[in-house]
Amino acid sequence: MRRVALLVSAGIAVFMLAACEKSQVAGPDKQGRYQGKNDTAPWDNEQFKGDRNAWEKALKERALSQNEYRRTN
Amino acid sequence: MARMKFLCDAERCIECNGCVTACKSANEVPWGVNRRRVVTLNDGVPGERSVSVACMHCSDAPCMAVCPVDCFYRTSEGVVLHDKDLCIGCGYCFYACPFGAPQYPQAGAFGMRGKMDKCTFCAGGPEADGSEKEFSKYGSNRLAEGKLPACAEMCSTKALLGGDGDVIADIYRERVLNRGKGSDVWGWGTAYGKPEKQAAPSAGGKS
Repeated sequence: MRRVALLVSAGIAVFMLAACEKSQVAGPDKQGRYQGKNDTAPWDNEQFKGDRNAWEKALKERALSQNEYRRTN
Repeated sequence: MARMKFLCDAERCIECNGCVTACKSANEVPWGVNRRRVVTLNDGVPGERSVSVACMHCSDAPCMAVCPVDCFYRTSEGVVLHDKDLCIGCGYCFYACPFGAPQYPQAGAFGMRGKMDKCTFCAGGPEADGSEKEFSKYGSNRLAEGKLPACAEMCSTKALLGGDGDVIADIYRERVLNRGKGSDVWGWGTAYGKPEKQAAPSAGGKS
């Protein structure tokens, strides 16, 4: 009877601890470091073909167009 | 290149919510989620001010610091983005953010929180640029098209400026030097007269 009780309690302990298993979803855990997928640079596409300067120039033109003093004068 | 930043000119913002609408439309943001909103102080009282608020893409972002699954990253242009595949919707970033930028769509029954959603500076996320997957998860990637965020580009009074921090700071500086101060400021003095002619503000304005 005692052996059965021991076996049952051991079984319950194994069952409960099974939920504590850590699932690996994003590779090795390095606390404080980004764990997700890598992103591409906004100039690495068909439009800019990896030309960072062309992308920066396009963006600067858009940004400067927000200045209406420059647009009206 | 400097960091990408937003700058909202409270003297110009007319609380039209055009930026909110532009953001919703450009990114097809789900119900209950507002990546951008307009906050008005002393609403209805002379001298009220409105500011358009969203993720400010902090240089030292508190959301990144508190995230237990480290799903945040900062691009080389200073845009703070996150990987929704890793996000567990815990809400820590919401408590840490001083601007209330992180939003959570309802997922499933019983009001369960979904994965965090926030302003991406219209830079998409960690999926192939311009892909359907990127759009459904993070919204449009205007930056990869050489465009600025929809909210800033749609702002009718150009109160909300977006782009390279150095460039928009120069625009703002030129604007302030041109318009002067007090009742010379574009808008208020023109609409309601000089300060000596205005009625004293009544108490009890709401925020």
